[in-house]
Amino acid sequence: MSLDLSTYADLMRALSPESALTVGTLLVLMLVAWRHRTLTDLRLAGWATLVSLGVTAALVWWLWWNRTSVEGIAQMIAVDDFRFVTDWIFLGAAALTVLFSFRYLEREQLLAPEYYPLLLFAVLGMMFMGGGEDLMVIFLGLELMSISVYVLAGFNRKSPRAAEAALKYFLLGAFASAFLLYGIALMYGATGTTNLSFIGVQVQSLGLGHMPLFLIGVGLLLVGFGFKVAAVPFHMWAPDVYDGAPTPVTGFMATGVKAAAFAALFRVVIESLGGAGGWPVIIAGLAVATMVGGNLIALAQRSVKRMLAYSSVAHAGYLLVAVVSGGPGSAAFIFYLVAYGITTIAAFALLAAKGKGGESDVRIDDLSGLSTSRPWLAFALTVSMLSLLGFPGTAGFMGKWYILIGAVATGHTTLAIILVLTSVASAGYYLPVVMAMYMKPATHAEAHAGMVFDRIGRVTLAVAVAAMLWFGVAPGRLFELSRTSGASLRAAPAMADEPTPASTTETTSAR
Amino acid sequence: MNYETWVLPALLGWPLAGAALLYLAPASRSKVLALAVSLIEFGISVPLWWRFVPAGGMQFAVDWAWIPYWGIRFHLALDGISLFMVLLTTFLVPLSVLGSWTYITKRERGFYALLLVLTTGMLGVFLSLDLFLFYVMWEVMLIPMYFIIGIWGGDNRIYAAIKFFLYTFLGSLLMLVAILGLYLHAAKSTGVYSFDYDSLLRYNMNLGPAAFWFFAAFFLAFAIKVPMFPLHTWLPDAHVEAPTAGSVILAGVLLKMGTYGFLRFALPFFPGVALSPVVQSVVVTLSVIGIIYGGLVAMVQPDFKKLVAYSSVAHLGFVMLGIWALTLQSVQGALLVMINHGISTGALFFLAGMLYERRHTRLLDAFGGLARVVPFLAAALTIVSLSSVGLPGTNGFVGEFLILIGAFKTYPVAAVIATAGVIVAAMYLLPALQKIIYTPLTKPENQKLRDLSARELIVLAPLLAAIIWIGVYPRPFLSRMEPAAQHLIETVRLQAPAALR
Repeated sequence: MSLDLSTYADLMRALSPESALTVGTLLVLMLVAWRHRTLTDLRLAGWATLVSLGVTAALVWWLWWNRTSVEGIAQMIAVDDFRFVTDWIFLGAAALTVLFSFRYLEREQLLAPEYYPLLLFAVLGMMFMGGGEDLMVIFLGLELMSISVYVLAGFNRKSPRAAEAALKYFLLGAFASAFLLYGIALMYGATGTTNLSFIGVQVQSLGLGHMPLFLIGVGLLLVGFGFKVAAVPFHMWAPDVYDGAPTPVTGFMATGVKAAAFAALFRVVIESLGGAGGWPVIIAGLAVATMVGGNLIALAQRSVKRMLAYSSVAHAGYLLVAVVSGGPGSAAFIFYLVAYGITTIAAFALLAAKGKGGESDVRIDDLSGLSTSRPWLAFALTVSMLSLLGFPGTAGFMGKWYILIGAVATGHTTLAIILVLTSVASAGYYLPVVMAMYMKPATHAEAHAGMVFDRIGRVTLAVAVAAMLWFGVAPGRLFELSRTSGASLRAAPAMADEPTPASTTETTSAR
Repeated sequence: MNYETWVLPALLGWPLAGAALLYLAPASRSKVLALAVSLIEFGISVPLWWRFVPAGGMQFAVDWAWIPYWGIRFHLALDGISLFMVLLTTFLVPLSVLGSWTYITKRERGFYALLLVLTTGMLGVFLSLDLFLFYVMWEVMLIPMYFIIGIWGGDNRIYAAIKFFLYTFLGSLLMLVAILGLYLHAAKSTGVYSFDYDSLLRYNMNLGPAAFWFFAAFFLAFAIKVPMFPLHTWLPDAHVEAPTAGSVILAGVLLKMGTYGFLRFALPFFPGVALSPVVQSVVVTLSVIGIIYGGLVAMVQPDFKKLVAYSSVAHLGFVMLGIWALTLQSVQGALLVMINHGISTGALFFLAGMLYERRHTRLLDAFGGLARVVPFLAAALTIVSLSSVGLPGTNGFVGEFLILIGAFKTYPVAAVIATAGVIVAAMYLLPALQKIIYTPLTKPENQKLRDLSARELIVLAPLLAAIIWIGVYPRPFLSRMEPAAQHLIETVRLQAPAALR
């Protein structure tokens, strides 16, 4: 189905998932306003949230199934596979978070159902970031997402740590937004438009590749995104915020928020920058700093939550390598996000189950002997760690493999080598978790008595672990989906003086 | 369905199914079940010995699409090089199960399940003819071994396990980048995206300067595994800390994966680099250093297991020398030493385990005069030690002798120095033997040891039989590996000058 976005009917069709989610969010909000006293109300809000997410995902599926595209250049919202698939990822991340939150909220006595509408608002923002065809739409999406997540980070009002995390996140996040907005303004000044495709056309036809105004704009934009994805050296907030936020929210931030920022970044660099603006060099530098920095600092962590926080910084570094690879990287990015998202949310959920009253105090050694008292949970956490490590047989490996192949194909062999070397270093902090669980005895008999999942959590965890293994062994379908959605990004016209690497297009057909 | 088409997938699938089976049965039955599974696995592999056609090149092939997206296939096949590695593996696994019978007392089910998963990984490495599949198998076998060392190992097990893991992981990830580079390099000029062994092999002439870096990455991965001289430091820790079965499998099979990698991938893929003067002299020097150094260090070890571990460094030095000398005798000798080392060192580790179970120490000085107390054990230890030293009439002699004759043609000096390594071997193993079984029986703890049980005899008997068989009549082995070795030498020798230009 081909849409003409200048007609209202088609515009509504194109926006149907977002509209549905908006309506759903408002309904959940109303529900919460009426019923917010008992545990049952909390559960009801959770299920209503899942229904909204499900309906939205179905609408995205409907657009995808009909191979919806748009005539000419989209003005505000993209209608391509990249948007659909990233939408699914955001919705999936939120759904997993909700499923793992049921027990967590009850256990931590966070009996405030506002949690769920906030989550939904954040997802709505993410969807606009992943689908925005205009810098303004992306910015609005980013703000909607960020403000919701600021609140979620400080959701545990009783914890001073959470308050600190939220305040820190808010202050630094506001700075980053300002950078981003300033970058957008300068780019608008240079090109006269905020539409991604038009920027690409303008840059090429006016030869803006070396214009200072434009370059500074690109630089500021990258700073803004670098902050949101927690790339070194803009990562300072991440560990504290991840540490202080409620654990399911941390999982959501490490996957959904990061995914949305990356999705927008991919769209911007591929659709409007092409080879202009010197961004590949900047991103490559950020990637190296992030991979090395994230992994090395993670090595020094003893608290599981902080370790996972820095590990998520390191993974942002791997994803930045995908950004540098451009076209093939966007396909790798999709696959990686699915693999990494499932794994990370599961790992944080396991941590949430282990800890009590602020899990930040769960040290790696506190997991000692888990394999004897809770063999299946130990197995699940082992698979998660191996998947994060990128070990063959797990989804994480296929994701890393995809990034590597894109990097080597586009001639970034050095980045690929740094990626694998830092991955070796990462074994130094993922394996101790496994080691503690299997090779050290429990400190006392009741050490893991409190680590329990409710039935929903157990089923979700089982499905997540199965998915990690399944995509590690039979990734074919997901690869295909990643490739088509990555290829659906409309590349910016090639620059006369700075041709886009020929290999970019070549490897897209490389299969 | 005839045997030729199902045997290789069955060899990979059966142990995995067996591991799952272990979890369905009661935990108390684990070891019996594991023994049955591994014996059936051996049974599946035995007919390979007769069905194998020496001149037939790659046989028993299966070639299924796995990830068509990148031209990754599930391609298994077997030739005269991998045949023996497969048989060695399936032969050692049931013995390891039997050898762990009383040694492993905690969490038996997990141990045997991991051992079976490990079997699949090892066989996969020897059978894969798709580089991606090979890489996956190469890594997959790491995890079970990591757990086997880390959970059931000695006092320092956690350190040994992570060291083992990190060394191998580092090498293999760089190899992954090289595999990728090779794949893309070939694809760029041929337009065919494939990880298939043959199609990448056909392309190997046109790599240009990249060949050196690819070779270096493969070299590092394999040299760590062998292990070659300066990269061997993980080995003593891992061998000593691992439980008996772990040591046996480590020495018997895992080390061979490195030398197998050289024979199957590094040499045929990059003949020009491998035979360039610099690389040749480096490899040969390191091999000879490994032979002498391994022997000298073994000489001063107070711990029997550590002694055997260092002797592995020396033996594998012989193998590397034989491979690089690239004459028919030396390559056949190298293959034979790979088998022999699996059998003899495997047997030595079993014996070390048996001694440990009796005395709870592995220190040589703690024993003495065992020949009077446990004559059968002493006899077995003597035969195995002599085979490891390379006494004529045992398997050790045939292999090392072939290597030395073959290598003398290519590297006379290195061969002469390596010959001294045989003497060094006598200098570390015979005194150890003496200390354990021949010196006067002074220690009271040693006076009431029991001799080999029936189970232990069953473990050792096949190994002893193999030692004598190969020592007296190696012909069936040599004739089966000859065409493959010949083929390898021709490919490498013919292409090396072309690639050097």
